[in-house]
Amino acid sequence: MLEINNLNVSVEDNKILNNLSLSIKTGEVHAIMGPNGSGKSTIAHTLAGNPNYQVESGSISFNGKDLLDMEPTERSLDGLFLAFQYPIEIPGVTNASYLRQIMNSHRKHQGKDPIEAAAFLKLLKEKSAYLKIPFDMHSRFVNTGFSGGEKKKNEVLQMDLLDPKLIIMDETDSGLDVDALKVTADAINQMKSKNRSLVIVTHYLRLLEYIKPDYVHIFQNGQIIESGDSSLASRIDKDGYE
Amino acid sequence: MNKVSKDNFKQESYKHGFVTDIESETIPKGLNEEIVRIISKKKNEPEWMLEWRLKAFHRLKSMKIPTWAKVEFDEIDFQALYYYSAPKGHDDKPKSLDEIDPKILETYNKLGIPLTEQKMLAGVAVDAIFDSVSVATTFKGKLNEMGVIFCPISEAIQKHPELVKKYLGSVIPVTDHFYATLNSAVFTDGSFVYIPKGVRCPMELSTYFRINASETGQFERTLIIADNDSYVSYLEGCTAPMRDENQLHAANVELVALDNAEIKYSTVQNWYPGDENGKGGIYNFVTKRGLCKGKNSKISWTQIETGSAITWKYPSCILRGDNSIGEFYSVAITNNYQQADTGTKMIHLGKNTKSKIISKGISAGKSTNTYRGLVSFHPKAENASNFTQCDSLLVGDLSKANTVPITENANNTSSINHEATTSKISDEQLFYCLQRGLNEEEAQSLIVNGFCKEVLQKLPMEFAVEAQKLVSISLEGSVG
Repeated sequence: MLEINNLNVSVEDNKILNNLSLSIKTGEVHAIMGPNGSGKSTIAHTLAGNPNYQVESGSISFNGKDLLDMEPTERSLDGLFLAFQYPIEIPGVTNASYLRQIMNSHRKHQGKDPIEAAAFLKLLKEKSAYLKIPFDMHSRFVNTGFSGGEKKKNEVLQMDLLDPKLIIMDETDSGLDVDALKVTADAINQMKSKNRSLVIVTHYLRLLEYIKPDYVHIFQNGQIIESGDSSLASRIDKDGYE
Repeated sequence: MNKVSKDNFKQESYKHGFVTDIESETIPKGLNEEIVRIISKKKNEPEWMLEWRLKAFHRLKSMKIPTWAKVEFDEIDFQALYYYSAPKGHDDKPKSLDEIDPKILETYNKLGIPLTEQKMLAGVAVDAIFDSVSVATTFKGKLNEMGVIFCPISEAIQKHPELVKKYLGSVIPVTDHFYATLNSAVFTDGSFVYIPKGVRCPMELSTYFRINASETGQFERTLIIADNDSYVSYLEGCTAPMRDENQLHAANVELVALDNAEIKYSTVQNWYPGDENGKGGIYNFVTKRGLCKGKNSKISWTQIETGSAITWKYPSCILRGDNSIGEFYSVAITNNYQQADTGTKMIHLGKNTKSKIISKGISAGKSTNTYRGLVSFHPKAENASNFTQCDSLLVGDLSKANTVPITENANNTSSINHEATTSKISDEQLFYCLQRGLNEEEAQSLIVNGFCKEVLQKLPMEFAVEAQKLVSISLEGSVG
């Protein structure tokens, strides 16, 4: 699914990632942990093609394609999804119309007709109920005035609607209360599939306790300093990053 | 964003730039008393109308061209213009639809304004103005049954002189300012609307202005009167061919709302904006003014300004009647080298008068976009209030946005509430949308439409979708 080789990335001339290599197979769930500033978010945004992150050298292959050669839109349409740590507000655009538009953009790419209004509404109702999202949120403007929990759930909802192949979650657990965390974790678990890979970037153990990743990587200074199974996460939680 | 395709606004994106190949009848070029007389004669006008025009013309000779707007252009040679152009054989005789030149019908079809009975937009009556004359007015009969008069102003001068005499120039006097006075002298056609007492006009009324002939100025004059307790919603649309020359459009629009009457006036202005180097395009110098003459009357202007090389217009409300309300909702989009200096004037004369101004300016390319507004409370305007919100959105690094709000307050019971913001489409917003699979233009269009939403939703439903598309098209290629 994803092959990262000797990746070096800087932001505004500060080198953040140092010769990072990581391989993720289809169906696997990887967690990336690490202290603040260790490069966790950088890898997430680099994978999505955020232009603020400059790739100096290295390669990334995504399902056999050269990811670094693809525009952000193309990456999305090819099934790469980034759940933002800080979802962006788009005033004046209702959440429902936005969700429908991004869905239709993916459907068009897959050669499908746009989803009918009634079918979309039904789908949105189902998914919202499942995620315990108040339905009136969809008539509000995208992420505008949403609570922290609503914003994060809205990311998970988009993820669910777009049915991606590779999901990267950038600190989706931050800002969630215990109940919201549980609902979100359940939704993420539902999305685990043998055809899909997940990369969960997090600071804390609590989300991982629900999701149970196959692999845990510890980031420090833009490198992976240790990899292991989910027991590594518990150890870090107990002992800290040293 | 990424340094992706930064090729500016593509020419193809102006979809109305074609020329209709039709023989037209013009009068000699130039501006003089004889020309004024010829126009009046062409229109077969009564003596009083000619006198009115001549008064304006003589006044014009001593007037100066206003220069205070933040727009730059070469001096206009008023002697090098044609002041009248009409499809040949038109001669202002009232025509039935099957007598109209098929080429003209085809022109309007191409513009999305079908005039033939079977294809007409349901619920929208259209007056089609081609250069200097009205070529067709639809649904006239149906409107007549309710006493609504909707016809070319040249026809109203013949058939309803008492109304025209009473109201023409009552809001924009012949002595007003250079372009308005020029219009009073040489105006050729436009729409006339009268809504009788107690009638709620059952359909949208609209006028579609088309400039076709070259080197010709279009000087239209529109007069709308809403009698006591009546309501009307009116919409105008405008397009012109793509040409290297700059063409002048100097219109006057007067609205009069009597007791408890309401007029909603919407504009979708898409005159040719010039090419990506700033060559050609329409100079849109327009005077629009509404008089809330009666108590509890209301006038609401909504404008979507995407076209023209230069836009210079300030749809205004004179709130004379007690408790009257004036509103101005505007989206002005400029791209490439377009210049817009637009806004409104709210003149509060009566007690408890209220006004509301929502202006959204979007500048892309190397364009300049200025909001200019005046809110004035006169001594008798007790307890009057105004709310103004001016938001500017910059696309790219080379465009400019200015806000010039002026307030005058001559009493101490009135209140003004002013909010202004300037923002840029943020890279974060764009990236977020791209990450969800939208391309750059879709993303930009989504964000800009969101920015304008408050205004776009004021448009009659039939036109709101079109306007949204127009907003997107106007900014094509400006992502960078």
